[in-house]
Amino acid sequence: MQAPSQPRMPHLLWLLFALSCTFGLHAFNLHYWISIAFAGLAIWRYLIEKYQWPYPPLWLRLPMTILGGVAVLGTYGSLFGRDASVALFAVMIALKLLETRNARDYIVMIMLGYFLTINTLLFSQAMWVSFAILLPIMALTACLIAVSHPNATLPWATQAKLSGKLLLQSVPIMLVLFVLFPRIPGPIWGIPHDAYKGMTGLSDSMEFGTISDLSLSSKIAFRAEFQSAIPDNSALYWRGPVLWHQEGRRWRMTSDTLPLKQESLEVFGSRVDYTITLEPHNKNWLLLLDMPIALPADAYAKHDLQILTKQPVRTRIRYAGQAHPQYKLGQTLGERERTLALQLLEDENPKTLQLAAQWRKDLAAPLDIVNAALRMFREQEFIYTLAPPRLGENPVDDFLFNIRRGFCEHYASSFVYLMRAAGVPARIVTGYQGGEINPNGNYLIVRQSDAHAWAEVWLKDKGWVRVDPTSAVAPNRIEYGISNSVSDANLLPILARQDYPILKKLYLNWDAINNGWNQWVLGYDEQKQLQLLKKLLGEKIAWGDIGLLLMSVLIGLMLVISYLLLRNKTIILDPLRKTYQQFLSKLGKIGLVKANHEGAIEFGERAAQRLPEQVSEIEAISRLYSDLQYASLDKTDNRHQTALQLLKQLVKNFKIN
Amino acid sequence: MPADFKWTEPRTWFRVAQPSGESTQLSRRHVYILPTRYGWLYALLLLATLTGAINYSLSMGFAMTFWLAGLGSVSMLHTWRNLAHLKISPYRAQPVIAGQPALFEFKVSEENNRARYAVNAMFQGQGQDCRDIPALADSIFKLTLPTQRRGWLKAPRVVFSTQFPLSLFNVWAYAEIDHNCLVYPAPGPHSLAMASPDMQAKEGQQHSLQGNDDFAGHRTYQFGDSPKRVDWKASSREQGLLTKLFQGEATSTLWLDWRTTTDDNTESRISQLARWVVDAENNHLSYGLRLPQLEVKPHSGSAHYHQCMTALALM
Repeated sequence: MQAPSQPRMPHLLWLLFALSCTFGLHAFNLHYWISIAFAGLAIWRYLIEKYQWPYPPLWLRLPMTILGGVAVLGTYGSLFGRDASVALFAVMIALKLLETRNARDYIVMIMLGYFLTINTLLFSQAMWVSFAILLPIMALTACLIAVSHPNATLPWATQAKLSGKLLLQSVPIMLVLFVLFPRIPGPIWGIPHDAYKGMTGLSDSMEFGTISDLSLSSKIAFRAEFQSAIPDNSALYWRGPVLWHQEGRRWRMTSDTLPLKQESLEVFGSRVDYTITLEPHNKNWLLLLDMPIALPADAYAKHDLQILTKQPVRTRIRYAGQAHPQYKLGQTLGERERTLALQLLEDENPKTLQLAAQWRKDLAAPLDIVNAALRMFREQEFIYTLAPPRLGENPVDDFLFNIRRGFCEHYASSFVYLMRAAGVPARIVTGYQGGEINPNGNYLIVRQSDAHAWAEVWLKDKGWVRVDPTSAVAPNRIEYGISNSVSDANLLPILARQDYPILKKLYLNWDAINNGWNQWVLGYDEQKQLQLLKKLLGEKIAWGDIGLLLMSVLIGLMLVISYLLLRNKTIILDPLRKTYQQFLSKLGKIGLVKANHEGAIEFGERAAQRLPEQVSEIEAISRLYSDLQYASLDKTDNRHQTALQLLKQLVKNFKIN
Repeated sequence: MPADFKWTEPRTWFRVAQPSGESTQLSRRHVYILPTRYGWLYALLLLATLTGAINYSLSMGFAMTFWLAGLGSVSMLHTWRNLAHLKISPYRAQPVIAGQPALFEFKVSEENNRARYAVNAMFQGQGQDCRDIPALADSIFKLTLPTQRRGWLKAPRVVFSTQFPLSLFNVWAYAEIDHNCLVYPAPGPHSLAMASPDMQAKEGQQHSLQGNDDFAGHRTYQFGDSPKRVDWKASSREQGLLTKLFQGEATSTLWLDWRTTTDDNTESRISQLARWVVDAENNHLSYGLRLPQLEVKPHSGSAHYHQCMTALALM
């Protein structure tokens, strides 16, 4: 029904600006050729508009579309999955630019643009991304406003302002829906396998180099708030995967299907209460402080007290933990467990096996064997380094007797290898050690650079005892954290180092804000929602009430907004019109009514004919009014004000005889 | 519900704003709103992003979906208020000759101190105009309507609509506006011979033709000029036919008389008279019009022409 208007250059510029912002955000997520292709197509479309070039015909567009699809298939190996489907969608949008001509095409493009923009959130919901996407959203809205105005005469600033105004006015609705819309726990259907790509964290197996690689990342693993005092750094062992199987260079977890006996746990001393906000790592274990005595909801403990969840952790989750730093784990060791804890591939590392056999012969007591190994690490020339050299054919031999430079996984695995060879049941525990206290918010930030591996040995009457061979080499690692202990700290991510205090402080402030954002915005799920509503409205509130609450609040809000926007404002006439209206109503009393089409002068002449005695007054008023109305004087101008005063006086004195 | 509501007549489902006094106001009872197809597309988009947000547990996905949902709702209110409370009054409608389109002009006044953008007006199915109306000001909308018959043509119902600002909703209102355009009869074909001045002479203008021999000059030939008076010699020199003019004729008066029309049919006679009036006017002649119930004194000029045509239109 609207006038068929051809969108012009201003419309195109809005659209290209908005899409450029969106593609700019996607440049981090998609293969770079897609950004280049978009830039090329956008420039082509711009030139079409500028120089009135012909639009590419179908025989050209069709092969380009097929080529685009094939290129995505070639790049991603599939057209499905998160990355590939977003890439395909982006490429098709870029190609569609070449056939975007009339208002209808523009509006469809804008809708697709909104969708593509929101798609960036699939890749990252970081605070800056969430704010950055407001720019393309605003530009798309401004473009929609421009296209909705068929005469295309609105200045771009008006369009931008109106777009901002509309978006601001919709904020209350957004907030109400965000807080009250019932959060349904996803997923509804299968999620593409690549949806959680790029999450870093520990792995279910360990080789030489895996943990030192992980240590180079400054990404946050989790944050922990303590309800009680934060324990000493040396007590902060965050338990992750426990590795039993030795396969050459690789250590693995025990299989879930093995029926192994749950290890007993006795605890002493004080309890530590804390809450962890775990970043998604796409693996199904949780990290808890040694030793956990309670399980978070939906979690279960493996026989070796590794805490697992049924589903991989794919969203940021928050759980409470309770730990006792003093404990006794595994009073007895079953036959099957003992076999597992002594398992070793014995056809390699002959020197190590020989040393172990020597110890076994000389030192009967397992505890002495443990101390002998630790003494070796402490007293000989072992170096703790982030950049360990590659190990040769017999890696443990190479490490212990030749290279002697390694990271925690080198020490932990060669220690456990030695123990097993000497007949002491032992296993590797991976996880994180330590963390950084953020004074703004009093919580602990644990990064991937805090990743660690240590050992547990089983001793009669003591059970599984934690032994950290790294502490023998670099005691500071355990006392003060990685940046104070490693010989080549400059390899560490800048934020895990000590040498930029101001930067660090800024970062900690920023992290406190980010943490709040994660907790309250990104982490707002069905549990938080119910928790919040219970806090606000009392404990009685149930899940089913949320829908009703949402409807009533939303209706109330819409009524308020409608009132504010739609109320029929009482018209405040400007003083000039008001004065003239008084003059008209005086004449109206004798039946002289100004017709709509009549100008003030015209009407004045007609009135003067009826009232010949007052010709001069009528003429003066009409002329003055007309002059004031059509003179382009600023209302605050002095001349305008004096003339208005004169008019008011004239009208006031005007009387019909 | 409108007073004349009938299920079977979709035309009666909607209220129509009626004139009160000179103007018609689009009050809130007359303003209707429905989503456009783009509005439905937008809803589909929101459904898709909401499903995605639930599936991937994306908190920001929820936030953006809800923000856009808010944007849609707010735009609904903005679209509505872009049309509501406008006041429409008839402005001008210049008379036209039947067959030519009539141009109705409406004055649309904004009295709520809100600028209105891209307001569309049209007669149902015909004529269309789209304009902005500044705050506390007027805009003149111009709508054309084809004409066929002479007489008063009443402006049909006007549909005002707008989709501004986001094209997601269409807001419309029907208004009856008391506006009329006078349609003059269409002049008949040129072939109808005008009563010749010679014949006119017998009818009572004898004296004005007395100086028949005093040659005064030439003018281009017009229908109705007697062939005897064509200056064939001069015509062959110049281009086109020339008629000799004689002393006194430039001011001679024609009487265009109902009785001299040749047809039996009333409409044909009127259009024949209209043809003569138009021709006489084009030649700046002084002419009078004699109708069965009305006589327009001989005169010339635009006002006289309109008086004669009005008389014919309303006969």
